[in-house]
Amino acid sequence: MADVTFIVDGKTLTAPAGTLLIEACKSHGIEIPAFCYYPGLSLQAACRMCVVRIEKQPKLATACTTTVAEGMNVTTESPEIAQARKATLQLLLGNHPLDCPVCDAGGECELQDMTFKYGAADSFYAEPKNHRDEQKWSPVVYFDRPRCILCYRCVRMCGEGMDIFALGVANRGASSIIAPNVPAHLSGVVENGTELAQLDCEQCGMCIDACPVGALTSGTYRYKTRPWEMNHTATVCTHCGDGCKTTLGVRSVSDGSEILRGDNRDKSGMNGDFLCNKGRYAFDFANNIERLTSPLIRKDGKLTPVSWDEALTFAGNKLRDLRQDRGPNSIGIIGSNRTTNEENYLLQKFARTVIGTNNIDHHRTADYVTFANALAGKPGMAASQRDVLTAPAIMILGGDPTNQAPLTAWNIRTNVRLNKARVYIANHEQIKLARQAKNFAQIAPFSYGDLTKFIAGDDAVADTLAHPSYPAQAFHDFRAAVRAEESLLVLIGSEIRGADLACLLAFGTTLPNRKFALLADYVNSRGAADMGLFPDVLPGYQSLAGSTIANEYAAADSPGLDLLAMFDAAAAGNLSALYVVGSNPVKRYGIDPATLKSTFLIVQDLFLTETAALADVVFPAANLYEKAGSVTNSYGDLQLVTKASDKAGTRSDFELIVRLAGHMGHDLKTLVPFGKGLRSDMGQSRGAQSGEADRHSVWMTANNLEPKTSPFDPFAILDEIQRLVPGYDKLLRLQLLSGNDQHISPAADGLVQIAATRKDLVLPSSDTLFTSGSLTRYSPMLQDVQRHQSTEVADHLASAD
Amino acid sequence: MPTLVSHPDEVKVLSRRFGLGAANIEKYIELDGYKATQKAIAEGPEWIINTMKASGLRGRGGAGFPTGMKWSFVPKVSEKPKYILVNGDESEPGTCKDHLVFREDPHAVIEGTIIAGLAIGSKMGFIYLRGEYRYLLNIVEKAVADAYAKGFLGKNIFGNEGVDFDIITQTGAGAYEVGEESALMESLEGKRGIPRIKPPFPAVVGLYGGPTVINNAETIANAPHILLMGGEAFAKLGTERNGGTRLFGISGHVERPGVYELPMGYSLRKAIYDVAGGIKDGKQLKAVVPGGASCPILKADEIDVGLDFDQMAKAGTMLGSGGIVVLDETVSIVEFALRTIRFYQHESCGWCIPCREGTDWIKKTLTRFHAGGGTKKDIDNVQYIAENMMGRTFCPLGDAAAMPTLGFVKKFRSEFEDYLAGARPANPLIQIQPVGEPEHAGAH
Repeated sequence: MADVTFIVDGKTLTAPAGTLLIEACKSHGIEIPAFCYYPGLSLQAACRMCVVRIEKQPKLATACTTTVAEGMNVTTESPEIAQARKATLQLLLGNHPLDCPVCDAGGECELQDMTFKYGAADSFYAEPKNHRDEQKWSPVVYFDRPRCILCYRCVRMCGEGMDIFALGVANRGASSIIAPNVPAHLSGVVENGTELAQLDCEQCGMCIDACPVGALTSGTYRYKTRPWEMNHTATVCTHCGDGCKTTLGVRSVSDGSEILRGDNRDKSGMNGDFLCNKGRYAFDFANNIERLTSPLIRKDGKLTPVSWDEALTFAGNKLRDLRQDRGPNSIGIIGSNRTTNEENYLLQKFARTVIGTNNIDHHRTADYVTFANALAGKPGMAASQRDVLTAPAIMILGGDPTNQAPLTAWNIRTNVRLNKARVYIANHEQIKLARQAKNFAQIAPFSYGDLTKFIAGDDAVADTLAHPSYPAQAFHDFRAAVRAEESLLVLIGSEIRGADLACLLAFGTTLPNRKFALLADYVNSRGAADMGLFPDVLPGYQSLAGSTIANEYAAADSPGLDLLAMFDAAAAGNLSALYVVGSNPVKRYGIDPATLKSTFLIVQDLFLTETAALADVVFPAANLYEKAGSVTNSYGDLQLVTKASDKAGTRSDFELIVRLAGHMGHDLKTLVPFGKGLRSDMGQSRGAQSGEADRHSVWMTANNLEPKTSPFDPFAILDEIQRLVPGYDKLLRLQLLSGNDQHISPAADGLVQIAATRKDLVLPSSDTLFTSGSLTRYSPMLQDVQRHQSTEVADHLASAD
Repeated sequence: MPTLVSHPDEVKVLSRRFGLGAANIEKYIELDGYKATQKAIAEGPEWIINTMKASGLRGRGGAGFPTGMKWSFVPKVSEKPKYILVNGDESEPGTCKDHLVFREDPHAVIEGTIIAGLAIGSKMGFIYLRGEYRYLLNIVEKAVADAYAKGFLGKNIFGNEGVDFDIITQTGAGAYEVGEESALMESLEGKRGIPRIKPPFPAVVGLYGGPTVINNAETIANAPHILLMGGEAFAKLGTERNGGTRLFGISGHVERPGVYELPMGYSLRKAIYDVAGGIKDGKQLKAVVPGGASCPILKADEIDVGLDFDQMAKAGTMLGSGGIVVLDETVSIVEFALRTIRFYQHESCGWCIPCREGTDWIKKTLTRFHAGGGTKKDIDNVQYIAENMMGRTFCPLGDAAAMPTLGFVKKFRSEFEDYLAGARPANPLIQIQPVGEPEHAGAH
């Protein structure tokens, strides 16, 4: 819209016509206070804090509902306005408990801030405050009712933002109260003889995040600390493939540090203020009592704690000997979806140059090899997470973003709500996002192959797709509507892989203005693929033979064993050693433990998983919140991971890989091109706290190295990644270090076509909102929420019908 | 059912069929019923709106917005259906005029609704009746059914091809707030009765998003009379810019309380002392609440004022809904203030802070004051809170609570001070509530 010119506090400003006055002022650095106004949510005009004086208007006007107009003359601060705001605050404070010294929001409370600003410190009410007891709505959501100022942010966040509508207003007038969707008399949850209202929802905590005061508090954080007692570190959530930026609040404890809180209230990053249940609360695995904090070696059949030196020496020697005696190709390596790009790159380089084998793979949760090959040489066709928020039309084939990629679902909903995006969904189930869809088509189970053929133009399969409620004509209509879109973003679920995915993309990439994204399951599933944790392609999906990187590695040019083949080899007695980093293939792929009887197994992980329990050597590893590096989400958005917390007795996977190579006698300078790193990530606490002398410093002094140029610096390997991995060469280090996401297209020229991968190698984890692979069972919060959702709420709702 | 009253000074336009059994459609037709609608169909929308404009009719709900102008604001072309909405949610304390219209002359409302529909090109009207008026619903529903049976409603009304109009009746659920036009629309749509943000105004985006004319029941019942007698003739009955007559409900300490139809501009003093027969039992007048509970109170020496929108505004109060409440010398203003704020505290929808919290704190303070636990500071506090509610709330309910409160503490401050000193009403109307009992504890 055309710009209009108007005056605010004597300054002449311009903004597009139709802009809300409060937003127009904000963009010019003029702050107008508000409780109920929340960008992107519907307008309320309920709190009356944003009142301003507009010339020629008889009354003070609310800036949150006024749109700027040509010639408008606005005053945002004056004695009259200050008095209006002060009076409103006085009225609120009349009933608001002044328990700020113990309130969770103390120090980050908007009511406190405004009271400070407008000086509404005097109270002249003699009557007792309206008291109401606090309520526990779910394991993660508590409602301190008297603190509520009824701004309705939570109600709108839940309804408009989350499409849940679990919160509403009960009663009226001064008795008005926010209420959850399972009323006390239906919940069946009784405590001290009282029935309790419960919350049946996605437990995302967005209501808590939006709450301007301490009315809604988090079950995992409440009453644990004061906000200023924590260090706040911006990093990336370790759970799903969306890769939300999160700010972790961390406090020191005796054995390192404890993460107390996750949020993104500064709205930086591609997720804005969004976090889901896992992003907001599921960091508690980090301090789980079952966490491994000492290396273990199997002695007399039992895993026994040993020193780091003993464990590394034992494992290094054994690997070196097995390599010499039985050959490099008798050794296999399995990487992780949750380790950083630097660690993944290092691991495959370790396999290819230290061991000298292509026997490397990982638990693939989506078929990125096919995806990259299809998009190779076609720049601009890979979608970023930010595109989901702005695309005029989105097609979702398979997948269930609400459960598996909550940020993607949030962005789709936001785009529909604010930009009227058109959404087309084909799925074998009525997924929740279907409520947002302009056109939804349900396909018969197991027919994604036919769906991709149909989309690509094969009419013959329309009948096999048909579902009782969706006859063949529905699919023709669906396809016609999608094809009519001038610009389309296609989100592809991980069910679609191999030849099906190739078919879809081969057709789709011929159309103009199409962008694609393949949704995987974990924070660095895409990074693991990009970094070449494959037996048949190198980092950047490059050929084993002839590519620059292949020449530099001088490694074998024949494909190695894939993950399943490694276990086949082990069963046949042909796998002398298996090195598993941050992965639990025994559980995930249902491997018979006896398979690994004659294989020397090294596992580094957080917990004694089913795989680690079979190991000969176990290294306790740091999790993503305890290390630095970068990760790449499903879309190819690269973000910085910053070390937020610490756990005594653990080490980063990066350090462990380097140390293992060192103990094998490898020249570390050829593995990590250190010396140009930006910083060391060793922290100062770990060596001392784990009861050892600071061996890094000893080691570095002995090698005439400055601390910051350490071989354990992930940024040293990032140089090499940028040099050798197509796509990552365009990475801007300053952007990365600033915490900005950068989109990496997998499409680089000159990729080689490889044979379609075995379908069963790609194994979607099918995580829900309340599961996250093996980490699920180590998160007490997730356990509690699962119990709450499955029994407490659901059963009683069902029986109430 | 109260009996009808009358007085020679009355000018019966709207009430001319009252007491004649006009709820019966045959009787109504006999008394010139549905002639105006047929005339309106013949003359067309422009004529209707011009006649309404010429009549000087202003909204009888209380705000006094010119009706003809309101109808003319509706866009001629609309993608969404247009609606006529009759606001029969008569809830202002002291007001009981729409009640009589529905009871005595329901077809006038139906006719007015059809006429408004013809004027703006709407094919559907809703009559929203106050929930507590459920006993009137049978009368209104029967009238609507009879009109359908006669072909006055439905398809091709009065045999005119292509002229359709339907009416749906609906009752509220007991919220004063829903008398506010946009809250009424929310309620009618099945949502919480909370007002909408304006703009957009109902004429552009109203019920179900369509352009909507919403009129008070008395306002709309005037339309057929105006079309038959002519706009100018109606206007002449009243004063400048305040056309016609209106129903005044005079209640309280008067000899002959009741609803009287008086010309606009009629003297308030005469209305009390002549029409309503003066103060009951020969007592002295203390004060008058002139237009429903939300209007600032007038002292006994302030009643020489004409009953129209402009003169009342000049006198620092409002004509409001025409509900005149007369208080004699025995009334304690402290009690009256408490009774008034109790109503508004109870009826505040709770949406915005100043109204929700302000009414609650004034009520709490006055409750304690009334119980004898007051201080001088309380009078100041009540005034401070009311002053800070004025003009700052989301909808007029906050003003409706603050305005009378300000009137009480400003004009009768000495009564509050005397109360502090121990003065008590001879005939207490309100039971003293124990102080300090938290009202909400455990309630929810």
